[in-house]
Amino acid sequence: MALNLLYFFVFPGLLFVATAGALLSWFDRKITARVQFRKGPPLLQPFYDFFKLLLVKETILPKHGSPFIFLLAPVFAVFGATMAGVFILLPLFNISTGFKGDLIVIFYLLTIPSFSYITGSLASGNPLAAVGSSREMKLILSYELTFLLLIAAIIMKAGQKFDLNSVITIQQEGTPFIRSISGVLLFIVGIFCVQAKLALVPFDMPEAETEISEGIFIEYSGSAYAMIKLAKYIMFFVLPAFLVALLMGGFRLEGINILWAVLKIIGTVLLLTLIRNTNPRIKIKQAVSFFMIWMNLLAVIAIVLIVFGY
Amino acid sequence: MGFKDYCFRKSLWVFHFGGASCNNCDIEILDCLTPRHDLERFGILLVGSVRHADVLLVNGSINMRDKDRLLEIYNQAPKPILVVAIGACGCTGGIFAEGITFAGPVDKIIPVDAYIPGCPPKPEAIIAGIVKLAGRK
Repeated sequence: MALNLLYFFVFPGLLFVATAGALLSWFDRKITARVQFRKGPPLLQPFYDFFKLLLVKETILPKHGSPFIFLLAPVFAVFGATMAGVFILLPLFNISTGFKGDLIVIFYLLTIPSFSYITGSLASGNPLAAVGSSREMKLILSYELTFLLLIAAIIMKAGQKFDLNSVITIQQEGTPFIRSISGVLLFIVGIFCVQAKLALVPFDMPEAETEISEGIFIEYSGSAYAMIKLAKYIMFFVLPAFLVALLMGGFRLEGINILWAVLKIIGTVLLLTLIRNTNPRIKIKQAVSFFMIWMNLLAVIAIVLIVFGY
Repeated sequence: MGFKDYCFRKSLWVFHFGGASCNNCDIEILDCLTPRHDLERFGILLVGSVRHADVLLVNGSINMRDKDRLLEIYNQAPKPILVVAIGACGCTGGIFAEGITFAGPVDKIIPVDAYIPGCPPKPEAIIAGIVKLAGRK
């Protein structure tokens, strides 16, 4: 029991993923600034933002809405993101859970933050938040099938193994999946799915700040918004780590390999940031057809290649 | 200065309210966020919703129609909020001070924490004003 609480709150759980995610989100902002020839924020900027929202600012409740659900939704988002982080990071750090089938659980846990944002924004009663949450729903409908196909392809490639631990072990004993043709295709699919799950720029229609002024987060202020920021930081670390675990062979934690593990995560985040900085926001219709037609096609081609052993 | 104040002044998020402005101050405010001046190195971001704002930038002369909207925005902002009046029109009324639709400079409507005069103020002046505001207390 005490060990489980330690897992949830301290080491692979809340404290660790939140700190790592906040540092990665600083990295994202700094790279964005360097791409635009700016200097960028200081290293501890995400922590200043979080503690300012949590400790200093007032939390305003919407007048025409449901305050209970409005305040509970960010807590659920943090919970879902942290649980997904624990399930992904325990196998990555070679701590065996003995849980056969955690890939399916991770898939469901990763959707909890998006669903809580939708519930919270609909509970606020703001029309712009309603527009944002309807866009978020359409975005979920478009990328979720692709994400499921990605996980199905990984399961087939690993030889019908449903747990992350054996997926990582198979890659570490053989070669990482990304060194094959199907692996490269799956990596492209995975990067775009992660981009849409994080709602980064080509897919940021739910919170388009110049268009519907932050959309789903428009009514959040103070500590409720701090919880949303925390969930966003956690997802910023957890999703690239999941991609590293699925395709790049996970982490090895001895000697120089620790540096190599950190570089894998930073490289994935760098790729996400560069995609975010070189693309404009697309319309929701374009996002749906992008995932439904092109990314699904790519994933199906990868599955066919896996069947023939490439 | 405690931990809370330190975090607050290191991360000021700005919401921009344009009254009946001639647009020169708006352009100079946007200049502050461009690569040449880069306010993000002080942790300052431009946000889209007033619920996330820590600083309310008000520029332009406030006429009778703007007055209600400015009050509404100010009441909707989460406290503590700092108000900055930018430009001659925001500080005193400028050349519109004796117009028939003029509803008083910003500080007659809501409490103002900093004044940045100029017509329009240079981006350097705006940055100097905001940094002084952040270093106050």
